[in-house]
Amino acid sequence: MSEFIGLASLTERFHQVLPEKAVLAKKEQLYPYECDALTAYRQLPRLALLPSNIDQIKAIVDICRELKLPIVARGAGTSLSGGALPHSEGVLLNLAKLNKIVEIDPNNRTARVEPGVRNLAISEAAKPYGLYYAPDPSSQIACTIGGNIAENSGGVHCLKYGLTVHNVLALKVLTIDGEILELGGKSFDSPGFDLLSLITGSEGMLSITLEATVKLLPQPHKRNVLLAAFDQIQKAGDAVAGIISSGVIPAGLEMMDNLTIQAAEQYCNPGYPLNAAAILICELDGFENEMNSQIKFVQKIFNEHQASEVRLAKNEEEAEKLWMGRKASFPALGNLTPDYYCMDGTIPRKHLAQVLESISKLSKKHRLRVANVFHAGDGNLHPVILYDANKQGELETAEKLGGEILELCVEVGGSITGEHGVGVEKLNQMCVQFNEAELNTFYAVKAAFDENELLNPGKAIPTLHRCAEFGAMHVHKGNLPHADLPRF
Amino acid sequence: MTNIKAEIASRVQDAYHNRHALLIKAGGTKHFYGRKNEGEHISLLNHSGIVEYEPSELFITAYSGTSLTEIEQTVDSQKQMLPFEPPHFGSTATLGGMVAAGLSGPRRISAGAVRDCILGVEIINGKGEYLRFGGKVMKNVAGYDISRLMCGALGTLGMLMSITLRLIPKPTCEHTVAISLNTSGAIQKMNEWANTPMPITATFYDGKDLYIRLSGSLSTIETCTEYIGGDPIDWNDTFWTNIKEHAHEFFLTDLPLWRISVPPNTAPLNIPGPCVIEWGGALRWYATEANAEDIRLEVERVGGHACLFRGNTTQQIFHPLSLVSMNIHRKLKHAFDPAGILNSGRMYAEF
Repeated sequence: MSEFIGLASLTERFHQVLPEKAVLAKKEQLYPYECDALTAYRQLPRLALLPSNIDQIKAIVDICRELKLPIVARGAGTSLSGGALPHSEGVLLNLAKLNKIVEIDPNNRTARVEPGVRNLAISEAAKPYGLYYAPDPSSQIACTIGGNIAENSGGVHCLKYGLTVHNVLALKVLTIDGEILELGGKSFDSPGFDLLSLITGSEGMLSITLEATVKLLPQPHKRNVLLAAFDQIQKAGDAVAGIISSGVIPAGLEMMDNLTIQAAEQYCNPGYPLNAAAILICELDGFENEMNSQIKFVQKIFNEHQASEVRLAKNEEEAEKLWMGRKASFPALGNLTPDYYCMDGTIPRKHLAQVLESISKLSKKHRLRVANVFHAGDGNLHPVILYDANKQGELETAEKLGGEILELCVEVGGSITGEHGVGVEKLNQMCVQFNEAELNTFYAVKAAFDENELLNPGKAIPTLHRCAEFGAMHVHKGNLPHADLPRF
Repeated sequence: MTNIKAEIASRVQDAYHNRHALLIKAGGTKHFYGRKNEGEHISLLNHSGIVEYEPSELFITAYSGTSLTEIEQTVDSQKQMLPFEPPHFGSTATLGGMVAAGLSGPRRISAGAVRDCILGVEIINGKGEYLRFGGKVMKNVAGYDISRLMCGALGTLGMLMSITLRLIPKPTCEHTVAISLNTSGAIQKMNEWANTPMPITATFYDGKDLYIRLSGSLSTIETCTEYIGGDPIDWNDTFWTNIKEHAHEFFLTDLPLWRISVPPNTAPLNIPGPCVIEWGGALRWYATEANAEDIRLEVERVGGHACLFRGNTTQQIFHPLSLVSMNIHRKLKHAFDPAGILNSGRMYAEF
């Protein structure tokens, strides 16, 4: 891709635009960046760069464009799909130093922040005004808004309050041509194409986020949390559909299966019913009387679906405790196994029980345990495959099992990723979800922003060649896809 | 592909090969909106019908030529609704036209805009290829978000063939109150209340009175009405329908009508002529013959944009884009419609 230029000269070039400490070239300095939260994939970049302002980022982009060096931008590195995995020939652009909250505008209910600001820091800064930033990915204590925008992150409350795309009002981004593109504003719409939507969730492939203006919401008047236990997963799945179709939209509606319940209980003792096949955790919010009548209504639905137990938190402390086990699910599962692989498929809710049943069969077939903990309200599954990377072949088996789960999601009308992004891990499944003409559209969109493919190359969108090898492209009307491509 | 899809795809393929412009039409209710473009008419009106609707899944999929009224009635029968309360501007309005225009109604302040509710689309691009993006699940981050990109693009990037939208349950009660205020006072109050968790789902200020719609349970509405004060109006539904359909007397004007989008808490603008305000202050309509450049300068000063919505006397309808943005727009247009045959010029002269 890039013309070869020695490490010393390359370092020297960047020293011209960055302080010495902001250019990392030694292996021991680069190791912290070799992977993100998807640790199965590791790669050292040639250099890691730590700019502290927009002028420096612009200067970096100018050099990379000239030398045709790939750029991988990184926030906190919490991506679960390898979105921030470095490129062997490129630079890793660490945006962590751009961590200023530029403005909280309580009158227009917006926050203007730099890309390296942590998700939770926005809500903390907005709190004195009675406001908060709604999307709350489970990594919100660490993950940055720049990364949230790249992945269009969700969270437990997006059932009611939307994903990142619904909560970002404006972006200032840098194009690979070194130009600043301003999109949106504090107003509710903007002229031209909806580039804000296009860039949100584009996994750093179209531009580099320099600043974001996000929407702040007033904190809900009251909230409370219910727990319902079921002796069959089917009943829990039906209860979810029952709630959603009844006209109540909970602030959060989460499901955990027995394996996850056991793991959570061992990890932090939230007091979950250990013999339940599944539990649902349902948060409701709003004005007190309305919330209380919704609670009664949801309790009734749980009972109609033969819940073996329904618990209502008596106070904020108990509500936190019910959430605690759910929020700690991943580290809790981590205690059960040396390694785990977290999937992120979405399905229409009505297929919940059927898909969970199929996942259980796949788990038996591949002889790996799968725990299920997920955003039930919006049909976003997080099957967690437990494996041991030190056992020969287990990682490959886990990946194969994961791939089959995602293909199952597509089969029932869902998607291979709800909120974690495609990154490097779901490239093959993209071939299942999209056909050649659709992938060509993605390439054309990429080319409209970044013709030479320097921004996060190799992520999110597979090449046609890769899909041909994977052999999973749609076959339309019996015609073999891309007959013009060589076969191996 | 069904016959009608194949027929439309084949017409687009012909137009692509022969490089002749197409003008996409359906119900023709939003013909006034945008620049005048020319081309051979291609109608989607016969491509109609609801494909899939399951109330428990909170989504509906329908072909683009489906009547908007039919869709609203269908979901209403299950006590659900389109979240963004779209204007029809005529009885023949279709789903495709609604998405292409990307216009949202009064409920936009609480439930989001059309673009927020799009889950998936099927389109025919400028080469006549049939493509599907997004899907019917609430969360889907596989590939670039092409579905939302189609919203408000006025058919310049592709012909919308089918659309999947997220739905929400209808509120159990709605209630509107009116309060007499001056313009600054109305803007201030709307934003003060927007900082509370009160379920305000529409606002309208006519220059004298501020109308506030509350939605939720009776008890919530009672609590909030007590807090807000004002006089109840008992024709809630008609009132808001008239606002969204521009049947309110303010909109019955022969003067050019400007749609001005600004940060909600913006002080009254320095634009002459009568004005009404929606969306908690974020959407302001002016009936004025004031100079377009003056209007745009004033709106830019406060970080907004202005669109000459009706009564267009010029071809510069939408707010000018920056050079960088225009460059990206042109390239994207080329990516979807390399021959420039789909509704070209409808949005901006450049594409």
